[in-house]
Amino acid sequence: MQLRKNVTSVIEWGTLLLSTSLVCFFLLVILYEICSKGSAVISWEFVSSLPKEGMTRGGILTPIVGTVLLTLLTALFAIPFGVCCAIYLQEYAKSSWLTRLIRASIRNLSGVPSIIYGLFGLALFVQGLQFGTSLLAAGLTLGLLSLPYIITTTEEALLRIPNSMREAALAVGATKFETIKDIVLPSSMSGILTGVVLTLSRAAGETAPILFTGAAFYINQTSLSVNQEFMALPYHLYMLSTQHQSIDEVRPIAYGTALVLIVVVFFLNLTAFIIRYKYRQHDK
Amino acid sequence: MNSKSRRCIDLLFNYIFKVTGLLVLLLLGAILAMLVYNSVAFFLDVRPADFITGLTWNPTGSDPKYGILPLVLSTTLVTLGAMVIAIPLGIGTAAFIAEYAGRRLKNILKPTIEMLAAIPSVVIGFLGIVVVGPGIAHIADLANGLNALNGAMLLAVMALPTIITVAEDAMHAVPKTYKEASYGVGANKWQTLRKITIPAAAPGIIAAVMLGVGRAIGETMTVLMATGNAALLPNSMFASVKTMTATIAIEMGEVPYQTTHYYALYAIATALFIMTLAANMLGEYFINRFRKYHAA
Amino acid sequence: MTSKLSVENLHINFGQKEVLKNINVSFAEHQVTALIGPSGCGKSTLLRSLNRMHDLSPDAKIMGKLRIDGTDIYGKDIPPTKIRQRIGMVFQKANPFAKSVYDNITYGLKINNLPHTKDVVEKALREAFLWEEVKNDLKMPATRLSGGQQQRLCIARTVALRPEVILMDEPCSALDPISTLKIEELITDLKDRYTIVIVTHNMQQAQRVADKTIFMYLGEVKEEGSTQQLFNNPKHELTANYISGHFG
Repeated sequence: MQLRKNVTSVIEWGTLLLSTSLVCFFLLVILYEICSKGSAVISWEFVSSLPKEGMTRGGILTPIVGTVLLTLLTALFAIPFGVCCAIYLQEYAKSSWLTRLIRASIRNLSGVPSIIYGLFGLALFVQGLQFGTSLLAAGLTLGLLSLPYIITTTEEALLRIPNSMREAALAVGATKFETIKDIVLPSSMSGILTGVVLTLSRAAGETAPILFTGAAFYINQTSLSVNQEFMALPYHLYMLSTQHQSIDEVRPIAYGTALVLIVVVFFLNLTAFIIRYKYRQHDK
Repeated sequence: MNSKSRRCIDLLFNYIFKVTGLLVLLLLGAILAMLVYNSVAFFLDVRPADFITGLTWNPTGSDPKYGILPLVLSTTLVTLGAMVIAIPLGIGTAAFIAEYAGRRLKNILKPTIEMLAAIPSVVIGFLGIVVVGPGIAHIADLANGLNALNGAMLLAVMALPTIITVAEDAMHAVPKTYKEASYGVGANKWQTLRKITIPAAAPGIIAAVMLGVGRAIGETMTVLMATGNAALLPNSMFASVKTMTATIAIEMGEVPYQTTHYYALYAIATALFIMTLAANMLGEYFINRFRKYHAA
Repeated sequence: MTSKLSVENLHINFGQKEVLKNINVSFAEHQVTALIGPSGCGKSTLLRSLNRMHDLSPDAKIMGKLRIDGTDIYGKDIPPTKIRQRIGMVFQKANPFAKSVYDNITYGLKINNLPHTKDVVEKALREAFLWEEVKNDLKMPATRLSGGQQQRLCIARTVALRPEVILMDEPCSALDPISTLKIEELITDLKDRYTIVIVTHNMQQAQRVADKTIFMYLGEVKEEGSTQQLFNNPKHELTANYISGHFG
């Protein structure tokens, strides 16, 4: 009786442990596959030289530069916009049908599939505003995609600032805007930054929204111009692994690209993690 | 700065903040308008019934056919497959983290899940091509492994972090007193989990699943890379399928603007929008229900 | 004795709820006036209406005339920031800014274009009996001070602006007895230069610091008078019951 009880409880516990291990196993497989095969091609030359001979030779400098510029542009657009909107909702808006509607649309926007943002960017920026397929159009599209996340995380950060801080500033004669600028924002900065960095790491890895808004298959020079097409790491990986005419030949470069992409994303996540950790330490 | 200019700046920013709030509303409005406008343009050329019930998607043939059904079925098949894998794994993992794992293990498992969530979808798709595909081809003895099963497995990996995080939050939020009452009448950990924690957290768990479904339906890159993209009515998990998202991604790059085919892709996007919206709203409904129950 | 602040026919509603009903009181210059009464009687609401702190809550509706030296506090021609500079406030829980001790004092001075030299800071800190304790680490984050020191810093921050009135909303309720005594001593010292209105739950405190006491009940002023008279010889039965601890 006792033995049977023990056996069943081990089995029960084992099932849960097994599912958890499987999930961890997935991550390990992904990391192992990419790291083991990607590290073989990674070298300083790989990340610092231009793609050559139809991408069968050379490095991935162009897509690296493209992704960095794209992410910067996304940040430049989405951070001020998103933070201002969060400030409006958290600091100014009264609870009315309008605010409820705005909040509902933000929740809704965060669930819209990224490919639809791609279509929207194509219709609005590429065709409507005549930016053409360009870094600018793609950056703005990714900015729109990032907006709901930045708003939500900023709102959470603002919410954590107790009202007594706002009252303190008002009581010494600050205007509402001064209260927000001098007291509320500095205190919530780490929370906002964490959210921003996580959102940008997500944007850096997105492919679908840039498919039709400006990502290019192959450019053998780097350009800093915002109204030209660009190469980006995720799009480069997609192209190398599905669209290239000699797929097997470029496979090592694809692994290298995947590794660099993962390193970039993890680096951003780690940054967010450190900011959050420091913030919590500071709180105590 | 004098008092008057301070007041002006205060007022100015008041308006700036408000305008950004309204712009967000405008953004959703503009997306909706784009979808509706282009869909209407499409339905001027093609009867809605032919679109919704048509069994063939072949917009480039001499007699173009715009039946969305094969695409919807592909999306459904891949999503269902993904959920068959992800739901038990996700709930099991969530239960393990919430109920069994000690503090130290939790501190390892949670970042692990976050790392899994952070991996870009294109990398997962790449894995589908280089690892999962050949694996399926080898085991099932097929020419290649780019099919619905491959897509489902990858989508399961992509949906797992969402499901685990939301379900774990729900189980964690079940009041301790419920569990203590259960232990008090002699139930063990497993019985408490099955009879008390999971039922009490059920709305939260359903919400987790719905959000996972929303994520899977809308995912583009992984299915685009791993499912083979044949726009046929799928007949098994080993069939090559072309989901709604993949269709848009592939064909938008090739169609001339302002043609029926171009508008058709927006019509697909509208259907996709409605499907993800439904999944997310259901998810939100259940989350709110859960919050109401356990507000205290 | 001249009245510094006057309140006429004041009604305050929060949404549907009427919180203050027809309040008519005045606060004399260079005196300490205590507002007492059971929780929810509206004493904090009255206090916060005196320097427009209800501007933060969108559903607060304020009707009536509030004046400082005859100037309408809610008048269109005077900005609320100016009012709050003239009528400072110290809160229930010490709320120093997440800045250094020094910057806590200078912040209000800077934004209001007032001189913010080291002398001004020293004077404010001396006035709040805090100078000796912090003079060597003015750059230290204010959050590292003890609770009582933080509250005195908040008082220093307020007096630095040279206000005419200081409102205090249960300033000692979160403090230990020794810190409380220090602040009471400070209040008595400050009243030569400022008009002080203090909300308190503590009957002994009211008797120790206040010249005049106002007893409120369910949103109305039930009784007002000199502190001595109100505590020793209450006219109203409710007042007598409250000060003797029968309810509250």
